[in-house]
Amino acid sequence: MSESAVAPATAVDLADGEWHRLHPATPLLRGGFAFVAVAGFVLANLRERILGLFLGGPEGGPGGDPIDLIVRRGLIPLALVVVLVVLIVIIAIFWLSWRVHSFRITDELVEVRSGILFRTSRRGRLDRIQGINVGRPLFARLFGAARLDINVAGHDANVPLAYLSGRNADALRRLILQRASGSRETGTAAAQLEHDGSLGGMVTQRAREFVAPELDPQLAPPEAVVTMHPGRLLGSTVLHDRTVVFVLLVIAAVVLASAAHMFFVLFGVVPALLGIGSQIVRRFSRSLRYSIAATPDGVRVGYGLLSTNNETIPPGRIHSVEIQQPLLWRPADWWEVRINLASHSDRQEGGRRTSTILPVGSRAEVFRVLELVLPGIVHDASRELVVSGLARALPDDGYTGSPRRAAVLRWFSWRRNGFALEPEAVLLRRGAIWRSLVVVPTARMQSVSLRQGPLLRMLRLADVHVHTVAGPIRATLEDLDAVVAAGFFRDVAASGIAAAAADRSHRWRAQSDPRRAMPTMPTPPGATS
Amino acid sequence: MTDKIDIPVAPRGGLDPVPGEWRRVSPRYVWVDLVGSIISGLLTTAASTIPFWVTQLPVLLVIPAIVLLIAIVVAAFTPRRVRAIGYRLRDDDLLVRRGIMFQRFAAVPYGRMQLVDINRGPLARALGLAELKLVTAASASNITVPGLPMADAEQLRDQLVELAESRRAGL
Repeated sequence: MSESAVAPATAVDLADGEWHRLHPATPLLRGGFAFVAVAGFVLANLRERILGLFLGGPEGGPGGDPIDLIVRRGLIPLALVVVLVVLIVIIAIFWLSWRVHSFRITDELVEVRSGILFRTSRRGRLDRIQGINVGRPLFARLFGAARLDINVAGHDANVPLAYLSGRNADALRRLILQRASGSRETGTAAAQLEHDGSLGGMVTQRAREFVAPELDPQLAPPEAVVTMHPGRLLGSTVLHDRTVVFVLLVIAAVVLASAAHMFFVLFGVVPALLGIGSQIVRRFSRSLRYSIAATPDGVRVGYGLLSTNNETIPPGRIHSVEIQQPLLWRPADWWEVRINLASHSDRQEGGRRTSTILPVGSRAEVFRVLELVLPGIVHDASRELVVSGLARALPDDGYTGSPRRAAVLRWFSWRRNGFALEPEAVLLRRGAIWRSLVVVPTARMQSVSLRQGPLLRMLRLADVHVHTVAGPIRATLEDLDAVVAAGFFRDVAASGIAAAAADRSHRWRAQSDPRRAMPTMPTPPGATS
Repeated sequence: MTDKIDIPVAPRGGLDPVPGEWRRVSPRYVWVDLVGSIISGLLTTAASTIPFWVTQLPVLLVIPAIVLLIAIVVAAFTPRRVRAIGYRLRDDDLLVRRGIMFQRFAAVPYGRMQLVDINRGPLARALGLAELKLVTAASASNITVPGLPMADAEQLRDQLVELAESRRAGL
């Protein structure tokens, strides 16, 4: 696929507010696997016939094979014409869909329009960006193409630009983030991209792009980067609760089927095993090339082995964070960190977002990640609160816990079950066997509620729910003392209002000194000549 | 506007996080709630007889009996439940309370409201009532104030939208 057609268009040209087209190979990349599969199917079926054509193999019998029919009736020219017409029509449709699929990026918004018969147009406001994802599915990676997903708040609310050339995607991401940030300076950061036109240069560049790390080490100071150790990933996968369930299910199925001759259990167990197994494999393969780092425009998370993804989440877009620990990870002191984001894209291909921002990490790495995802919240003063939020409960550790009578409902966890309220964040500590700590930035909190049913009324207990955007994390704390819970409810409501009024992360660079904001941005990976 | 009253504080162990006066919803809402709970009570009772029809065991008639009893109690408490619905406009947020047995208090900052809905069912419309629904970015919020007279509901909506606009924050 020749790239020279798009090579002269630099990112600055693409973001000038005019309509532009995508990478010319887009139709091929979108239908890539289907195309290869169909071609492979046809070739596999005609293999003997093709061999026979060249080697003069045995004549086919008088079977009902359509190709025999065509040969016998002397319809070869007609068949060739039909095939040719079909091919031309398909290519024309692909070409037309590429022609009408265009996008533009202005200072305010990004808009994509597509469709031949059913026109769709999707527009997203740049200051409402929740995250930008650069995805490189395996097939697209071979062509040096990438898809840029611009996520805005909402369900399935992403504006996809699929596909762009890899360098353009990286540069566009930087430009869009810069415009979204409210920074005054425009254009200076967008490096002009140089292009080596020769074939040899293109091949080496492709190879370099393919093996390049998802994050350019120059882009972030190395101490802000967490990378995955394969050994730890393997260990954590083996010790994960999911793996334990998997192994127990296998044992139970084998025992029941062989000893008790209850073969029908296999019908129930096998689909469950397949589901859990695929989850385990997916978590492992996604996390193999995991990396996370701070950039001037937020946290950047890269993952994926063959199909890679690289997502940037601007500051103030993370609505809650949960640090949790599967039971068997405790001796190793490993933790997993998940986040809630306001945007969810349902797209499986490329645009799939992760809620797990650290698949497994030591305590030190958890703190490094927390400093990235909750800047200004996890600092020296609140660090101790997080430390005691991960440990067993102690008196005077900063958390207000459940009273002893809550042990009726929470046999083991009533001691740990507790909260701490900082001006910038609510910390909810839960669980004794499966420990977890939820941190909700008060500036992101949507509402708060206090509940009590008859059983809790008898025990003089109450639940507090802190509402954040939908996601895997539920920020609720149950079975607190009723009076304490009422006070917590009042305080959370008040600090949420105060924090929201003071919050300026919406335009995260508008306030800061423009000279200090971003002195130099290094060129993206693969752009060095 | 509806009358302001002190909702009696729930007895021992009950919640009263923000003592003070609450605005109460229209007493006519009792009829809407009553009809709703009678219909749903009858439907659940009918559904709970299915085990009996399938097995023909007379013992299983206990299930619909218990369900019916619960439904009657729920319907009987409707006036008290409606009296317990209250809301209050504070400086920066809206407080909503519901329930006697299952108490629920919620606080929504004005700046967090994404939109305000007014819903009217057939019976509520006949009685001139409307339900106000507040939508935030969190689906868990799910905050409704039922049983408002139509004029009050529209006035409250306009007031809330105005307040939300003046305190607009990001997500």
